[in-house]
Amino acid sequence: MLIGKPPDIPSSEITPQSAYRKYLSRRKFLRGAAAVGAAALGGDRLAEVLSPHTRALASTKLQTVSSPLTTTGEQLTSFDDITHYNNFYEFGVDKGDPAKNAGGLPTRPWSVKVEGLVAKPQTFDIDTLLKLRPLEDRVYRHRCVEAWSMVIPWVGYSFSELIKQCQPLSSAKYVQFLSYWDRRVEHWGADETSIFWPYSEGLRMDEAMNPLTLLTFGLYGETLPNQDGAPVRIVIPWKYGFKSAKSIVKIKFVAKQPDTTWNEQAPNEYGFYSNVNPNVDHPRWSQKTERRIGLPFYEQRRATLMFNGYGDQVASLYTGMNLRKYY
Amino acid sequence: MNRRTLILLKTLTWLACLAPLAWLVWGAITNNLGADQTETITFATGRTTLRLLLISLAITPLRRLSPRLSWLIKFRRLLGLFAFFYATLHLMTWVGLYTNFDPNAMAADILKRRYVTAGMAAWLLLFPLALTSTNWSIRKMGGKNWNRLHRLVYFAAIAGVIHYWWQVKSGVLTPMGVTLILAALLLARPILSWRQRRKTRGPVLSPSAP
Repeated sequence: MLIGKPPDIPSSEITPQSAYRKYLSRRKFLRGAAAVGAAALGGDRLAEVLSPHTRALASTKLQTVSSPLTTTGEQLTSFDDITHYNNFYEFGVDKGDPAKNAGGLPTRPWSVKVEGLVAKPQTFDIDTLLKLRPLEDRVYRHRCVEAWSMVIPWVGYSFSELIKQCQPLSSAKYVQFLSYWDRRVEHWGADETSIFWPYSEGLRMDEAMNPLTLLTFGLYGETLPNQDGAPVRIVIPWKYGFKSAKSIVKIKFVAKQPDTTWNEQAPNEYGFYSNVNPNVDHPRWSQKTERRIGLPFYEQRRATLMFNGYGDQVASLYTGMNLRKYY
Repeated sequence: MNRRTLILLKTLTWLACLAPLAWLVWGAITNNLGADQTETITFATGRTTLRLLLISLAITPLRRLSPRLSWLIKFRRLLGLFAFFYATLHLMTWVGLYTNFDPNAMAADILKRRYVTAGMAAWLLLFPLALTSTNWSIRKMGGKNWNRLHRLVYFAAIAGVIHYWWQVKSGVLTPMGVTLILAALLLARPILSWRQRRKTRGPVLSPSAP
């Protein structure tokens, strides 16, 4: 049973050491900016050139409440690792690339267009979305299809809350998420891969409605760093990480299973469902075990749990389904 | 090349070849191997193997470009053996950190996953070359046979590059660099032979009508 008692202190009230270090570096950056007279015209540009690393980490604190859906009993992965070990291929294929390259992602102003089979198609400004529901602290395990894992304190609210606002028609059977794509900002995605952009992901309607599916705005109590999918992303903790689309600009309600990026790229390796499942191997590696990020190499290996340990909440979505066929 | 320069260059080569390992050991001691230490170790040893294989394969074509580079041959065995050394470390990473020394898991991996199969094949192709790397072996086998056996290195390098392509996600183009370099090094051999043959034959006189 994973629904535990809510922690006494929401994670947003704890300043992790790594975040504290980040504040220091931001202060350093401000000092540097002042030194070169950055208050003057073009200071922003200069600061960006001088310190892209800091810029990529610039974030604001979020007001949060605790949630009964948070995962307990796990040691959190450090802020440093969560923000410097990313798969975000628009910004390069190496794990360290997004932290280096995502500084140019224009996260303000930002809007999310909701369209397709809904009674009320509309465009939400990011600030409207942030205020739609109280933001909750939700610690989730994160299991990448590449067989590594983290434990991340996300901030957001159940995606079902947004769905209710949009009133999907009964003909809507799936939800599609489309990520930001601009070749000028994200040329690495075009240079280093043959992927057809923008990034697309999708869920079946009942999966999208499950309260665990989190519309996510932050981590460690602050707004998302760009490399983690700022300013808004989806997090589906019982599925492999690539299902959780980053930097979402469009949400489409559709009747048929949407085309999704990795499924199109290699259908035999990445199924549409992609539920975490230790019994169904990836063609190129076993999914029985995983490597926990941030531990020494001789302590990393651990068993992978069915539905990433969230079976109590989600197994019923798949009763009667052959999960070997629908991997 | 005099003896002192040779000793100096060999020492530098040793140091350069040991640097990737030193970097890993230092990283392990200072807990500085990145977020995913297993992956860091795997990629560092794998990448170094491919690089050293490519450098050792560059020696023959470079020597044939100019007789003044013939001394390069003195470094080929060293580079080749270091390539095998890192290939073995890479293999041990898989054995220890991925399969947890479980023979069943290893067998399953080799049979089921083609990138493991290709990697294993590459190591098995390098193994006899490392065994027969001594002067004694060359004498015992005779230069011709020894040369023939050591042509396996081409197949080892090709298997290594295929292993890399099959390991990365489809759509990821990072193995392209080593692939192009290997292709150039393999193509350079017949091209240089052809050029040499033309030279030794001398200028072709005006061809008569057939």
